Amino acid sequence: MKRTPLLEEHARLGARLVEFAGWEMPLYYAGIVREVEAVRSVAGVFDVSHMGELIVRGAGALDLVQYVTTNDASSLEVGKAQYTLLCDEKGGVIDDLIVLRLEEDEYLLVVNASNTEADREWIRGHNRFRAELRDLSGERAIIALQGPASEGILQRFVESDPTTLRKMHAIHERVGEVDAWISRSGYTGEDGFELFCASSDAVVLWRLILEDGAVRPAGLGARDVLRIEAGLPLYGRELTRETTPVDAHLMWVVHLDKGEFLGRRALLDARERGPDQTLVGLSAEGRCIPREGHVVSADGAPVGHVTSGTYSPTLKRGIAMAYVRPEKAEVGSRVEVDVRGRPCPCSIVSTPFYRAAKAVSTITK
Amino acid sequence: MIPEDLRYSTSHEWVRVDDNLATIGITDHAQSELGDVVYLELPRVDAVIHAGGVYGTIESVKTVTDLVSPVSGEIVEVNEDLPDTPELVNEEPYSGGWMIIVKMESPVEVEELMSADVYERFIQEI
Repeated sequence: MKRTPLLEEHARLGARLVEFAGWEMPLYYAGIVREVEAVRSVAGVFDVSHMGELIVRGAGALDLVQYVTTNDASSLEVGKAQYTLLCDEKGGVIDDLIVLRLEEDEYLLVVNASNTEADREWIRGHNRFRAELRDLSGERAIIALQGPASEGILQRFVESDPTTLRKMHAIHERVGEVDAWISRSGYTGEDGFELFCASSDAVVLWRLILEDGAVRPAGLGARDVLRIEAGLPLYGRELTRETTPVDAHLMWVVHLDKGEFLGRRALLDARERGPDQTLVGLSAEGRCIPREGHVVSADGAPVGHVTSGTYSPTLKRGIAMAYVRPEKAEVGSRVEVDVRGRPCPCSIVSTPFYRAAKAVSTITK
Repeated sequence: MIPEDLRYSTSHEWVRVDDNLATIGITDHAQSELGDVVYLELPRVDAVIHAGGVYGTIESVKTVTDLVSPVSGEIVEVNEDLPDTPELVNEEPYSGGWMIIVKMESPVEVEELMSADVYERFIQEI
């Protein structure tokens, strides 16, 4: 298994380690419920260094980024980031990612750990713009500080004023001895920051953040609960090659008029036709938790399937995301999920399930 | 610390024997593997159970597992506190987290279960 530079830190903190996308990662430290509560009430810190970091640089950089992604990167000034998708010629999603403009001619693409190699090869295969493409994944670390208190916490060890850093903007900073890019972004539905540094600096940065006793280390278990509560999709669940941005309500990151890009034709058609399936939120009415793969029925007939589900410690009930037939997707309607042979009554609700007072989720308009 | 006075199954249940009554729960190892327990499905009083049979399910944030009975008999009591305070399973696996009490059909079945020492070695080896 691959290891991030923080693996020993996780072990020292007593983390339960698991394999995820070929990486040895912390599932939890004190426990998933406690970590979710910490992020929602104060702050938690996550090691997300397993994610892929690709650099696209040079005169053809913007052209390449524009060609392979769906959102319009030409609107990005230096220090600005956007959520976007890689789509194939059928309009199916290859990955969801963020693009951050670091310099005039340099873009950082932060991609899912499970797709890093495939994304890199996909982009390389379409690089007729002669841009320079580099995979920095092994050399860089990413630490996410998330929660309502994260701004105040960050303030204690950066020179610039984090209160002036807007959502989806990033600055290049010295954090103590460490050189880092800090973006105001996240995947939890809370205010927060993502710090990008060299692998060799990761331990110093991690320990610096944890010196603040108010911050709890939080693992992938809590991260998954938080993002479901925030209604955020996960590649491999809500997003796959068999789903289009139309199905997933992500047409807001598809700019059909920006010029030619991979998947454009198919997405124009998909938008015309409308979706075959549409993503909805489910809130369990009983003591049950719909989980991935469970069949969703309405009026006794199957209408869809669950893509992600969890117990929500914040809402104290089971919640899930599911694809259902569009005509059965009305908010407020009742459905039944087959949970291990027992009916789990749910209502269709709008997402996010939970809305923080101040959120900076990367995947929100 | 694995309580000395209990017996243990390979599916990580513990049994406390009082005459022909067996109180059953899951071990500290089991609750630790599960993580924070959120829901339990427990049987009704009077249900009949067989050794090795499933008597309910236990669900944590991330997973759900069957509860397996180490003994056969009739269920005479069920822990009514658990559905509302499932965290008792994590916090007090050998006391407050007890699940059912069975009037044993064949008390000799308990002898096939592991002692504390054997169970301790068992979990070290898995």
